[in-house]
Amino acid sequence: MDTVITAPNKTATSTPKPTVSISGSQAVLDALLAENATTIFGYPGGAIMPIYDALYDYTNQIKHILVRHEQGAIHAAQGYARSSGKTGVVFATSGPGATNLVTGLADAMIDSTPLVCITGQVFAHLLGTDAFQEVDVINITTPVTKWNYQITDATEIPHVLAKAFFIAGTGRPGPVLIDITKNAQLQKFEYSGYEKCNHIRSYRPKPIIRKSYIEEAAKVINEAKKPFVIFGQGVILGKAEQELKAFIEKGNFPAAWTVLGLSALPTEHPLNMGMLGMHGNYGPNVLTNECDVLIAVGMRFDDRVTGRLDKYAKQAKVIHLDIDPAEIDKNVQTTVPVWGDCKETLPMLTQLIQPNNHTAWINRFREYAQQEYDVVIQNELNPTSPIMTMGEVIKTLNELTNGDAIVVTDVGQHQMVACRYAKFNQSKSNITSGGAGTMGFGLPAAIGAKFGAPNRTVVAIIGDGGFQMTLQELGTIMQFNVDVKILILNNEFLGMVRQWQQLFHDKRYSFVDITSPNFVQLAKAYHIEGNSIKDRSQLKNALQTMLNHKGSYLLEVMVGKENNVFPMVPQGCSVAEIRLQ
Amino acid sequence: MKKEYTITVYTENQIGLLNRIAIIFSRRKINIESLNTSPSESEGIHRFTILINETEEVVRKLCRQIEKQVEVLKAYYNTEDEIVWQELAMYKVSTDAIAEKVKVERLLREYGARAVVIRKDYTVFETSGHREETDRLIKVLEPHGLIEFVRSARVAIIKSSNGFHEKLKQFEQLEPGEEVIENEYLSKQAEVFSM
Ligand SMILES: Cc1ncc(C[n+]2csc(CCOP(=O)(O)OP(=O)(O)O)c2C)c(N)n1
Repeated sequence: MDTVITAPNKTATSTPKPTVSISGSQAVLDALLAENATTIFGYPGGAIMPIYDALYDYTNQIKHILVRHEQGAIHAAQGYARSSGKTGVVFATSGPGATNLVTGLADAMIDSTPLVCITGQVFAHLLGTDAFQEVDVINITTPVTKWNYQITDATEIPHVLAKAFFIAGTGRPGPVLIDITKNAQLQKFEYSGYEKCNHIRSYRPKPIIRKSYIEEAAKVINEAKKPFVIFGQGVILGKAEQELKAFIEKGNFPAAWTVLGLSALPTEHPLNMGMLGMHGNYGPNVLTNECDVLIAVGMRFDDRVTGRLDKYAKQAKVIHLDIDPAEIDKNVQTTVPVWGDCKETLPMLTQLIQPNNHTAWINRFREYAQQEYDVVIQNELNPTSPIMTMGEVIKTLNELTNGDAIVVTDVGQHQMVACRYAKFNQSKSNITSGGAGTMGFGLPAAIGAKFGAPNRTVVAIIGDGGFQMTLQELGTIMQFNVDVKILILNNEFLGMVRQWQQLFHDKRYSFVDITSPNFVQLAKAYHIEGNSIKDRSQLKNALQTMLNHKGSYLLEVMVGKENNVFPMVPQGCSVAEIRLQ
Repeated sequence: MKKEYTITVYTENQIGLLNRIAIIFSRRKINIESLNTSPSESEGIHRFTILINETEEVVRKLCRQIEKQVEVLKAYYNTEDEIVWQELAMYKVSTDAIAEKVKVERLLREYGARAVVIRKDYTVFETSGHREETDRLIKVLEPHGLIEFVRSARVAIIKSSNGFHEKLKQFEQLEPGEEVIENEYLSKQAEVFSM
């Protein structure tokens, strides 16, 4: 059976809709086609077998990527969603299949990534009997999903999936999990077609924009002597990159980004002052506590950004633009809340603000940038010691990709270094686990990112520790010929934890000394080409070879074992107490 | 300053929603003093009444988190003086004790208690009121042999509320009217904007 079961014409509602008899499983796949969700990352098992059986007939319309672990599936779906702007879809079986999704759900929840995860469940009559591979998935995943629902009757499938896609992708996006009992997958029912959902009465994806707030915000901004814009992923999720640019350009506002806001504004933009937070740039952190108006766009004042809250931007009036009303005043008290989608609110603000130049104020950022360059960046990018730094690897990569690649990172020092130094020309180019800091995210997310943006170069920058958390996904790369460039920055340590132990625990290196297999040989076992280098003289050529290689490639670069990421706002300190060394 | 707040939540009638709401509190290690769910004045809409002891700031944030849940329509919070509230209490005492002691009967009448069941061996009384009143009756019954006691969660009516019918109609529209998305800034606009 190879046909799309299309929804009958909606206008013909006066006559009863024609129906066809199909199974719940077919209804699931038909829903995916209707939602144009034709790339699925998944792993089969007993309780989801009817769906996989139906999938067998849909393989020329739906691409299913068989991963090596369900955690890999969900991180891949996240990477897909982040590079494509679409909703990622995951299939997993009941019990352990479903519980393997939990880390990815938590990650997607905190990083607002739209996902629809479909899990199989035991027969409805077995629920609560401790049946084989029965796990209470709904309750396990409630805290880490935007919405979840268990289907026990096939007739529910079309409208519940429609709701799932609507909820996952609208408002502040997030992961949705739909658990379908095996009987519902098998059950035949009279299907009258799929109708997309565009309204749920208890769900308001977008708060109403209040003009009075916009006007008040514009007034505060127009009076500002030292305005400062900080932006997050809301700009990317809202597809408001141009609107942000127009806004900061009109007012000449210096702007800085959170880790997830990275790439929304090109690196080279003259008003891009760099990164906020714990390992962010010097100026943006120090001057947060000097600006008179702080304009936060689509960001949530995470503690890694704010440092000590009671010493955060206390002198400033705060204008907070966010689509999620629960974010307003959650961590930082707002002077003027601008509720709404920043795609709409930014242009309204731009219209009301006066052009300005703020030259002296912008120069303050440049002065701090120079100090940071002299003390930190110069040595990181052009080290004099023979041992390579992570920073110079990223710098050389920038030269070769010219900032056009998608950079997917794992978690740790290499992540912070990549965020600090990687160059980006276009949005949706930096994919990383921000709020959850999930080691093991990088490799599977890079696989998904490639499927989401097949025409772009995808470079996965991963630490020697994090790579070993999900390296089984090399199998997925092998089987599906996924063209990802894997760049392992090997410092032979769990670097970020070691850095903290050095700085805050008297250098007591407790279990951070991690050994690695021969990564190149490992890749070879998966028929993936690779190379490992130690010398600076090889760096450029090795990176070029990796980028030129047709298909996936693994390059290991040995870097300094005990290098640290600076600047750093130590935990419990204010952003103004950022240390350069 | 921590105070007693009554949170009223209007929701869809959905399995699992109780858990979704409960974990908003437990995740923040906030104790729920009492929780009641019941139908509301609007058909198909459930009403949660939740009692907690917290500061207003915390309660406001909790309400935002509750309202963020897909199946929640509205969450309100109120202080004691903004609501009319009651709790129901039931007391099981030995019938002999009441029969023998005129004092007990008088006490029960004094507290507005009503006999629900009278059996040879025991009698069940119920009374409703505020916590202090129902507590006081326990105290006075204890010396006479209180066999069992139970008290319900608080239920509360918001004095200033016009009910949910009109709001629900708005929620059902694709583009809701302004007042369903109210927030505290609207009422405190002058105050907020003059900061
Ligand atoms: C799943 C998970 N476990 C533990 C951690 C804590 N953690 C954060 S960074 C880090 C070290 C990462 O080491 P490596 O992957 O080698 O990268 P490096 O910091 O050396 O660049 C650890 C263990 C984490 N973030 N995620």
